[in-house]
Amino acid sequence: MTRRRPLEQLWQLYAMLALPLLVLFVFSYLPMLGLVIAFEDFSVFKGVFGSKWAGLGVFAEVFKMKTFWIALRNTFLLNGLNLALGFVAPIILALLLNELRSKPLKKFFQSTLYLPHFLSWAIIGSLALQLLGDNTGLVNDVIARLGGARVPFLSDKGHWVFTYTFIGIWQNAGWGTIVYLAAMTGINPELYEAAEVDGADRWRKMWSITIPGIMPTMIVLLVIQIGRLVSIGFEQPYILGNDLVKGYSEVISTFVYQLGIMSGRFNVGTAVGMFQSVVGLVFLLAANAFANRKTGTSIW
Amino acid sequence: MRTGKSRVESVLIAAVLAFAAALCLLPIVHEIALSLSSNEAVVAREVGLLPVEPTLESYRQIMRDGTVMRALGFSVYLTVLFTGIAMLLTTICAYPLTRPELRGRRGIMTFIVITMYFSGGILPLYILIKTLGMLNTEWSLILPLAVSPFNLIIMRTSLSTLPDALTESALIDGASYFQILRKIIVPLSLPIIATLSLFYAVGRWNTFQDAVFYITKQALWTIQLKLSYIVLNNTQPEVFIAEGAESRLSIVPAALNAATVMIATLPILVAYPWLQRYFIKGAMIGSVKE
Repeated sequence: MTRRRPLEQLWQLYAMLALPLLVLFVFSYLPMLGLVIAFEDFSVFKGVFGSKWAGLGVFAEVFKMKTFWIALRNTFLLNGLNLALGFVAPIILALLLNELRSKPLKKFFQSTLYLPHFLSWAIIGSLALQLLGDNTGLVNDVIARLGGARVPFLSDKGHWVFTYTFIGIWQNAGWGTIVYLAAMTGINPELYEAAEVDGADRWRKMWSITIPGIMPTMIVLLVIQIGRLVSIGFEQPYILGNDLVKGYSEVISTFVYQLGIMSGRFNVGTAVGMFQSVVGLVFLLAANAFANRKTGTSIW
Repeated sequence: MRTGKSRVESVLIAAVLAFAAALCLLPIVHEIALSLSSNEAVVAREVGLLPVEPTLESYRQIMRDGTVMRALGFSVYLTVLFTGIAMLLTTICAYPLTRPELRGRRGIMTFIVITMYFSGGILPLYILIKTLGMLNTEWSLILPLAVSPFNLIIMRTSLSTLPDALTESALIDGASYFQILRKIIVPLSLPIIATLSLFYAVGRWNTFQDAVFYITKQALWTIQLKLSYIVLNNTQPEVFIAEGAESRLSIVPAALNAATVMIATLPILVAYPWLQRYFIKGAMIGSVKE
């Protein structure tokens, strides 16, 4: 080997790494250290390291807040509905797409179904307003023209919960087919041929070959979704929620935002966020252990 | 063995899919129709899927409206700057991690991967940004998202498929690692650079949560943030949303609103053919990693 001075040059590799790793350290690791404010009588002026220790006092305060329990319930409710009504949507779409013989038609449907995934929540919020608003929505215009009563999709709590769920499914069902379609291409075609020889029809093949073939994928995604039951994004509930439905639209993420950034109660908000992370981890581990015991599938 | 029954079933399957596809497409078609109709027709609720009294008046009005154009301009500026910085950081982080002579690679990878699973959450990050004096600066919208571990892993995987001999022979010829990365590795990796740039750009273009948290100054409103305020103003006009008088804008005419939405959507629609192709690859890599 005539490798010349390779070790003398090595510092350059570390020099390259320095900046990106510094960025990760500052913006990912420092906030983790910042979690200590959940145990402090935190004041912005005294800072993270100057504030008085409060032990578990902040958590005790959180658990006494009625609004916290409502936000937690709503998080479970919206995520639970999304799981119950939305989990099968991409599976059904993928099974149907898989039955299409025409390549261009399949491609067209896929392109269209993926589109909502790329729209921002600000845009989806605008679309929702234009389509589902009480007095201004196209859907209600059509309902009214057909002689029906206008539906308070966005302004009545009971309706809102389902509007929220439906919009979430609308955004993600198409995109969710990708993983399942990929799993389906991995199924051995000889299985289908053998089934055809035995006289199995389309539905029989779907039920006995395709669905078992994608079962491991389904279980992994189910475990992940159960693990996420307690964590919820900020943008969807923030943009779709409003004061009329606040009893259902206030979830952990928006609650943390309200507590911390709007009201300056940073330690309380951080404690809420931390509670969410810990419960989320417990859920994920429990769901995974259960799936592992029952089916031998694990997400790790 | 295609029987008549089977053919009917095929038509039914296509019909169900067509219905789902229509659900995805029609809201945008309606929005386009609104944006191209006269404001009178929109207010009179006459617009369905086709423009009524077609006019470009809404778009013209937006061009004259300083706030929309400024938000759009800032979004473009932010997205370009962010994508450039993020790609630079991702590349200079990924390349060293493909070199076997680098010691401590495993430790560094662990350091990176941990950030995919654990975070301090919204408020500790907010306090940090505030402490660093980055509230109401573009840096609060750039640096926290600039090194995506997910994209970094994709980049590293892609770079590690290049032959080792490229770097080794260049080293023997006396080149520095900096030169090798810039003159050899990057030119050979343009496809993955394009792919990840797109990931970063779309993410930055669409996200507005961080802007809700960190930005109050109107000069730094992104188009998505502006849109979100329009939506919230329409659903809860009583609520005080952000500081600054302009956030309490009077209800925007619906046609104008639709045109604003279309302008914010346009870059996504233009890039859509590429988006689809690259993002599907990304989704597959992601699912394998999971």
